[in-house]
Amino acid sequence: MRKHRQLPGSLLLPYFTFLTLYLLISVLGGSAAVAKHEPTIEMGISEYSKTDQDHAVPARAADGDSKSTTDHATLKELAGPFFSGPEVTKACLECHNKAGAQFIKNKHWTWKYTHPVTKQKLGKSVLVNNFCTNARGNEGMCAQCHAGYGYKDDSFDFSNQENIDCLICHESTGSYYKTPNSSGNKACSIMFEGKQPIEWAKVAQSVRMPGRNNCGKCHFYGGGGDNVKHGDLSSALFMPDKTVDIHMDAEGLDFSCVTCHVGEGHEWAGSRYEMTVDDKVGTGKPGMPREVATCESCHDATPHDIASITGNKLNSHTSKVACETCHIPEIAKGGVATEVEWDWRTMGKLKDGEGFKLKEYTQGDGKHRATYKSIKGDFKYAENINPMYAWFDGTMNYTTIDTKFDPAKGPVEINSFSGSADDPGSRIYPFKRMKTTQPYDKGNNTLVYMELWGDTDSALWGNYDFAKSIKAGMEKFNLPYSGEWGFVETHSYWPINHMVAPKENALACNECHSSEGRLSHIDGVYMPATGKNRWLDIIGLLVILGTLGGVLGHAAIRGIATKRRRS
Amino acid sequence: MANQMPTSTHTIQVYKLFERIWHWSQAASIFVLIFTGLAIHGTHSLIDFGTAVSVHTAVALALLLLWVFAVFWLFTTGQWRHYIPTTKNFLQVARYYAFGIFKGENHPYHKTYLRKHNPLQAMTYLLVKIVIFPAIWISGIAYLLVSIGQGDFLGGIGMEYIALFHSVAAIAVIVFIIAHIYLLTTGHSFIEHVRPMITGNDEVELTVEELAFIMSDEPQKLKVDSSDE
Repeated sequence: MRKHRQLPGSLLLPYFTFLTLYLLISVLGGSAAVAKHEPTIEMGISEYSKTDQDHAVPARAADGDSKSTTDHATLKELAGPFFSGPEVTKACLECHNKAGAQFIKNKHWTWKYTHPVTKQKLGKSVLVNNFCTNARGNEGMCAQCHAGYGYKDDSFDFSNQENIDCLICHESTGSYYKTPNSSGNKACSIMFEGKQPIEWAKVAQSVRMPGRNNCGKCHFYGGGGDNVKHGDLSSALFMPDKTVDIHMDAEGLDFSCVTCHVGEGHEWAGSRYEMTVDDKVGTGKPGMPREVATCESCHDATPHDIASITGNKLNSHTSKVACETCHIPEIAKGGVATEVEWDWRTMGKLKDGEGFKLKEYTQGDGKHRATYKSIKGDFKYAENINPMYAWFDGTMNYTTIDTKFDPAKGPVEINSFSGSADDPGSRIYPFKRMKTTQPYDKGNNTLVYMELWGDTDSALWGNYDFAKSIKAGMEKFNLPYSGEWGFVETHSYWPINHMVAPKENALACNECHSSEGRLSHIDGVYMPATGKNRWLDIIGLLVILGTLGGVLGHAAIRGIATKRRRS
Repeated sequence: MANQMPTSTHTIQVYKLFERIWHWSQAASIFVLIFTGLAIHGTHSLIDFGTAVSVHTAVALALLLLWVFAVFWLFTTGQWRHYIPTTKNFLQVARYYAFGIFKGENHPYHKTYLRKHNPLQAMTYLLVKIVIFPAIWISGIAYLLVSIGQGDFLGGIGMEYIALFHSVAAIAVIVFIIAHIYLLTTGHSFIEHVRPMITGNDEVELTVEELAFIMSDEPQKLKVDSSDE
């Protein structure tokens, strides 16, 4: 018998508890309120008490590098015993003696990125986003997703290869986890209790090419929770069916992340700071390795059947429309919602002096999502949503901590992008837009860093005081702060590339070719059936009606004349 | 002058089989093209946009092929001469449609062996053949070339203007068809006008020489009119 794949083990227990309770209540005819397997209000501010272990999905054979020429489980170098991560790393680097030098240049380690076009200094180490806002100064918490050991502030030694965390990307047991590198407020202390100790030798021996579990542990949970950030990257991709993602379909192609995000020497393809929107090379010559993650690198820029009229017509779209626009008609699929709005203004409401969460959104897979968190404010979620579309040339511009803006001019664009119909390198591209109301420096008109994490009296998480948190966050880095803060609306844009639908579910023509189509706001390109040329319609109608009127008039006069002659 | 010569009226074949197949398949194609074209333009959504594009393209390509055959036929058979514009009887025919028709006059024109169309008809069909149809197929082919990525040399014009040109030409075709169908209702009866394009036969005034020529060289063209009074 086929196993019931759709229900992860973690869901079975609450599911059966719920079922039993529900049956009991119905049988006994009790007037109790409808049973819920999770309370709407959850006391405490823990982010991970329930979910962190769920992040770990046991490795599957398909994830592994079965054709590897080395079985790491049999290596005496990995027999242990090990008592810490760096000890394992040291063992790794003894054989892989270039890996360390390669990896310390990687973004997953540096958290720094200099944009090749805009020259902006970007990366997690400096950017302000419109989710938790800033990792900078909060590395103690945020650097759980840093591929290194001990990154808690700027004193971290980025040249020390022994602090590389090989396991976070390469282990395959699913039992490996990381905890904050520094302690938070006492209110946060229960966050990481009750975890099994890591069996270092076992995880070290399990290494292989990164599986989706390795990448997903961080990238599916960006922004502080499942699918919060991207919209097209969620835990639904651990075991999706083909309607959720044709490439990652567990019973189909079963791609891991690195099937597309290819590379060598610990550098791999795929950047949302500088994207390849116009891939001129396509598949390349047979056997030619291409280190890009574009659709075209496998499918070519003209992948539709050239033997059919439809195929030819679709191929002609690819010079204007990104593959993703038609082939990812919906995001936040597979039962996992994405966050679309975040309002920081309501942060800090407490019950009996304690932080809490309100879980009033139930997503497709039955899990309850917090619509309010004392430490973060209010959230809105959405599922199976249409992306938004815009001309995009691949280059992202960021509002960084030192960018001045005019709050009177409307929402601040955390990242904005260039692109137009006149630029042959631009495509109509899908995005998820995130809308947030977050604190800013009212005097200087800049974004702010907040001190969120820490065992101090200014850390927001535990003290719930914006003024102290912003002051501390800015002063820590000697940044100008007027001392006056307010709230500003911000937008950020997340290019959509994942959750590609099966071809039969791709966008139908009339989704765009109609008067109220998805691209009706897109300028600079001729799109039939959008009814944009009003004058042609009016004049055409007048000419045709005029002709009809003319012949009908002619016929009427003929009729009248005939009658008169006869009478 | 020919019209002063003695003539007699006979039923002969005026539209050859190819001509009739051409006419009706062209008519059917044009109706399909108008219907699908309007769907592509967004005027109606009675059929799915993708289907409309596929059908419109396929039918247009088939019609283009038919036109290639028709042009070949017109020039190899000499039938093109029917479309040479003429001023003879032009004013009488125009006057008839503007005034005479209301007074119950008879149509001033009678088909002859060398001119099966009246002068107004001949000029209209010529206009359709050398202006309206070329406008529609030139813009249509340009649109198709851009669609299959072979239209870079048209880049300066832009899809929007190619489409606009195509739409304007299409409106002209619609206007022609309305007038064309309406004129079938003038004269004796609608069916009288349509029948020759089905059977191929119509009453034509023949000169003695023409009659003698047909009787000796193309006797099968001369039909015995059973309904002759």
